[in-house]
Amino acid sequence: MAPEPSPTSSAITLHINGEKHHLSVDHRTTLLDALRERLDLTGTKKGCDQGQCGACTVLVDRRRVVSCLTLAVTAQDREVTTVEGLADGDDLHPVQQAFLDLDGYQCGYCTPGQICSAIALIEEHAAGWPSAVTPDVDPDATPAPLTPDEIRERLSGNLCRCGAYVSIVQAVAHAATTHGRRPAPTTEEGAA
Amino acid sequence: MREFDYRRAHDVQHALTLLAADPDARFLGGGTNLVDLMKTGVERPTRLVDVRELPLDGIEPTAEGGLRIGATVTNSDLAAHPDVRRHHPALAQAVLAGASGQLRNMATVGGNLLQRTRCGYFTDVSGPCNKRVPGSGCPAVTGEHHQHAVLGASDHCVAVHPSDMGVALTALDAVVGYETGEGPEEKPITDFYLPVGDTPHRETALPPGALITHLILPPPPAGARSRYRKVRERASYAFAIGSVAARLTVEDGRVAEARLALGAVASRPWRAHAAEAVLTGAPAGGATFAEAADAELAAARPLPRNGYKVPLMRNLVVSVLTELAEEATR
Repeated sequence: MAPEPSPTSSAITLHINGEKHHLSVDHRTTLLDALRERLDLTGTKKGCDQGQCGACTVLVDRRRVVSCLTLAVTAQDREVTTVEGLADGDDLHPVQQAFLDLDGYQCGYCTPGQICSAIALIEEHAAGWPSAVTPDVDPDATPAPLTPDEIRERLSGNLCRCGAYVSIVQAVAHAATTHGRRPAPTTEEGAA
Repeated sequence: MREFDYRRAHDVQHALTLLAADPDARFLGGGTNLVDLMKTGVERPTRLVDVRELPLDGIEPTAEGGLRIGATVTNSDLAAHPDVRRHHPALAQAVLAGASGQLRNMATVGGNLLQRTRCGYFTDVSGPCNKRVPGSGCPAVTGEHHQHAVLGASDHCVAVHPSDMGVALTALDAVVGYETGEGPEEKPITDFYLPVGDTPHRETALPPGALITHLILPPPPAGARSRYRKVRERASYAFAIGSVAARLTVEDGRVAEARLALGAVASRPWRAHAAEAVLTGAPAGGATFAEAADAELAAARPLPRNGYKVPLMRNLVVSVLTELAEEATR
């Protein structure tokens, strides 16, 4: 008797921006494609689709990841935050506001990924995580300030073809020194 | 991409059982390399066994004063851990030098050890590659190879291992722990990676179906200093064209202990035993360091377009060892 064919799709629940979404996904579906093609959350952008450009950056359990290399089925039971989930109504997230105020973009295509990545890097730095340009990784050393060099290194996974980097670094530095941190939304029962 | 079954493993035995049930199954950690290779068709699993939920995400001190690092610890958590930063700075620096903030949040220790080369011929399924299709040939030997191996390569494959973390682990005498159906086993990382020889498709000594569960880092000697330095073609977010992980202990102006590994020069993280032999017991200074670098690189066999790597590595070794020696006597 031939064995039962293994299932190649699953019914999953994704928790996105405080809402639960129930959907059936082919296991090959990336989180990026599930967001854009199935849930109409097109704020997250597809750039290279191979983890090299950062345009698809979202937060999963408050940590930044590239959604193009994240299989949607693996995001089950995790808290996903996309650029659509950052503002509180018309009240922009401080990092969004800083990008707007300081012109941290040109065409805007990489911006959702830049902003999600920047929010996470500000939290990572505040938590004391060192980077490749931190002079001394010793945890007992004086914490390195979030200098432009630190921001450039920590944001190097987000490419900008327009070359708006100068303003992006200024926007991140501004947001970090003012009020860059705000908790991501938590899930409540919502639309499917 | 080929269709596949997806399962989440709840414990190590469950993971081994789920993998054994399908000959074309793969363990899935962070997916940063595997999912990418599935998109390009290099990997075509019919089942993924997700191991991210396994209780292997801790970093704990060992009775000997070292560290036990779980296989599903993310690169980010490894590099941020106070004991890693305090006692094994070369490891924290190596992990931070690799990939991007996003990828480090996803990638796991176990997956990092098993990541595949970024040789362009390996990832292009339309052409030959001895690592991907044994016996099909190696276009890199006469083709695009400016980033390829200068040590320990063969006519069968000149690809380099891409890991930064693995280079530091190789210098720090790490041991890889894994489980098979028969029980737990451990192997020094220098035996874990196999010489390329005429079998470039066989990269590690990990038995088929085994799951990496942890790493053991032995304690460093008192007064030891370690460092990782990476050279790449842009300032950040690129694979190495050469890297050095070193740990140096200096007593009374002489090298009491030296550990040295080179990255991006061979099919595996390259432990520099010849250099260490020169260093041990010798005066801790520039002449010794140059002699040590030359001793290791005497075996280098560069290709027509990667000869730059030999002086690059020589300078890198001398520079890193000089810095460590200066710090030790400060």
